[in-house]
Amino acid sequence: MIGFIARRLLATVPVMVVIGLFVFLLLHLAPGDPAAIIAGDNATPASILAIRHQLGLDQSILVQFLRWSWRVLQGDLGISIFSQTPVATLIGQRLGPTVSLTLTTAVFSVSIALCVGVLAGWRSGGVLDRMVMAFAALGFSVPVFVVGYGLIYLFAIDLRWLPVQGYVSLQRGLWPWFQHLILPSLALGLAYIALIARITRTAMLDVLSEDYIRTATAKGVAATPMLLHHALRNAAVPIVTVIGLGVALLIGGVVITETVFNIPGVGRLVVDAINQRDYPIVQGIILVFSGVYVLINLAVDISYLILDPRIRG
Amino acid sequence: MAPPIDLRRFIRRNPTIVIGAVVLTVLLVIAVLAPFISGDPQRLSPIERLRPPSAQHWFGTDNLGRDVFARTVWGGRVSLLVGFCVAAFATLAGIGIGLLCYLSGWVEAVAMRIMDGLMAIPSILLAIALVSLTRASVATVIIAITIPEIPRVTRLVRAVMLGVRERPFVEAATAGGSRPLKIMWRHILPATIPPLIVQATYSAASAILIEAGLSFLGAGTPPSIPTWGNMIAGSRVFLSAAPWAVFFPGVSLAVAVLAVNILGDGLRDRLDPRLSRRM
Repeated sequence: MIGFIARRLLATVPVMVVIGLFVFLLLHLAPGDPAAIIAGDNATPASILAIRHQLGLDQSILVQFLRWSWRVLQGDLGISIFSQTPVATLIGQRLGPTVSLTLTTAVFSVSIALCVGVLAGWRSGGVLDRMVMAFAALGFSVPVFVVGYGLIYLFAIDLRWLPVQGYVSLQRGLWPWFQHLILPSLALGLAYIALIARITRTAMLDVLSEDYIRTATAKGVAATPMLLHHALRNAAVPIVTVIGLGVALLIGGVVITETVFNIPGVGRLVVDAINQRDYPIVQGIILVFSGVYVLINLAVDISYLILDPRIRG
Repeated sequence: MAPPIDLRRFIRRNPTIVIGAVVLTVLLVIAVLAPFISGDPQRLSPIERLRPPSAQHWFGTDNLGRDVFARTVWGGRVSLLVGFCVAAFATLAGIGIGLLCYLSGWVEAVAMRIMDGLMAIPSILLAIALVSLTRASVATVIIAITIPEIPRVTRLVRAVMLGVRERPFVEAATAGGSRPLKIMWRHILPATIPPLIVQATYSAASAILIEAGLSFLGAGTPPSIPTWGNMIAGSRVFLSAAPWAVFFPGVSLAVAVLAVNILGDGLRDRLDPRLSRRM
C-alpha cells in the first residue's frame, strides 16, 4: 500500500518537470527577444537591456531554468511586470472567487451527474436514459459562454430571479454569495455533468449485468440499496477517474466563466495578464492550475486504495 | 465484387452518421459560398444599430449596425477551417510521433513523458499563452490549438500499436524476416486508422470550441475577421437590447460542434465499438 502511494508520487515528478520546462520555455520559444516582447512596442534599447538583466536573460538557458525552478519550488512565482507585485500574492488575492466557483460547481455537478447517471443506467433505453444521453451530447457541444449568456438572458434579464453578474464574498452572507454563484456554476458545470453522467451510466450498465446483482435482486434487496450499495460502489473506479480527469474542463472553463459573469478570480487575472503581456503572471497561473490538476489526479489514484480492495493487496 | 451499398439501409442503421454528415455539409457549403450568400460582414451602418431581425436583416444588426446574418455566415469559415486543420495536423503529428515511439524505446520513454506533461496543462490556457506570444492570426490559432491536441492522438496511436504488436500476424511477419519499417507500414499503421478517424472528429469538435473561446476572450483571430466567438464577445454588453446578436452566433456554434460530435459518436459505434469516448 505504501509502495503504491510512493510509486504514484514518484510518477508525478516527471510530469511536473515537463510542465515546468514547458512553462519556462514559453517565453524562450517565442519568435523574437523575450525582453523586447515584455518591454512593449515603445521600448528603448536601454530599457530592453535593463529588463534582460533583471530577468537574468543574459545567462545560459540551463542556468536560467535551474534558478527559476529553484525559486518556484520555494513558492516564488516571480514578479508581475505590470504591477511590480509578486505573482504569488496576486494569485492569492484572487483565489477566493475561483475556489468558491469551482468547489460549488464540482459539488453540485457530481451530485446531479451521479443521480442522473445511476438512474439512466438502471433503466437503460427508457425515457430518462434517452433524455440523459441527449443532454450529454448537448453538454459536450455548447460552449461555456453560450450557456452562460443563455442563462443570464433567461434567469437574470427576462425573469429577474438572479443577479446578472458579479461576485459577493462569503463574509457578506451565505445567500448573497450563493445567489451570485448559481448561474456561473450551472454554465461551468454543464460539460462536467455530461461527462460524469455518461461514464456513470456506462459503468452502471457494466456492473448491473454481473451475477451478484441478479443474486441481490433475487433474494429481495430493494432497488435503492441495490443500486447504491451493490452497484454504484463497484462502479466507483471509472467514475472517480473521470471526475478527476474532468477537472481539466472546470479549470479551462473557469477562465471563460469568470469573464462572462465578471467574477474577479484567477481566470480574469490570467486573461488580463495575457492582454497586457504580463508573462510572469501567465506562467505562474498555468503552473498553479496544472499543479492542482496533477495533485487532484494523484488523490484520485490514491482513492483507488479505498474503493478497490484488490489494489490494497 | 462488393455488393452495392443500400443507401436507405445505411441511413436506417447509422442515423447519427448521416445527420452529422448532412448538417456539417450544409454548414460547409454555406461557409464556402459566403461571398455569394451574404453581403459584406464588415459594412458599418450606424443608423441601423441594434435592429431586430427583419426581411432586410434576417438575423438583425449589432451595435455597430453590421448585419448579423452576414457575420454569422462568414464566421463559420474560421470555425470550420480551424476544426478541419487542427484535426488533420494533430492526427499527422500523432502518427509521426507514434511511429518514432514504435521504432525506438528511448524516443518512446521521452515522448510519453512530454505528452503526460502537456496533457496536464489545460488546453485553453496553453492555447491562449501560445497565441499571446505571437501576432494573432488564423494560422497561429491553428498551431496553438493543435499542440494541446497532439498528446491525445499520440496516446491513442501508441495504445493501438501496443495492442497490435502482440498479435500473431505481426509475430509471424517478424519471424519471417520483415523489417520493422515494413511491419509498421503493412500491419500496424492500418490498425490505427479507424480509431484515428473517430479521434479526428473529436479533435475537430474540441478545436472549434477552443477557437471560439479564444476569440471570445480576445486572444484569438484578429477582430477584423468575424468569428462566432468574437461576435458574441462584441455583442455581450448589448445582450438585453439585442439578444439576437448573441443568439445566432451562439446557436451556430452549438449546431456545428453538435454535428461534429454526433458524427464522431456514429463513426465510433460503427468503426470501433470498444473505443471509449475520450475526455
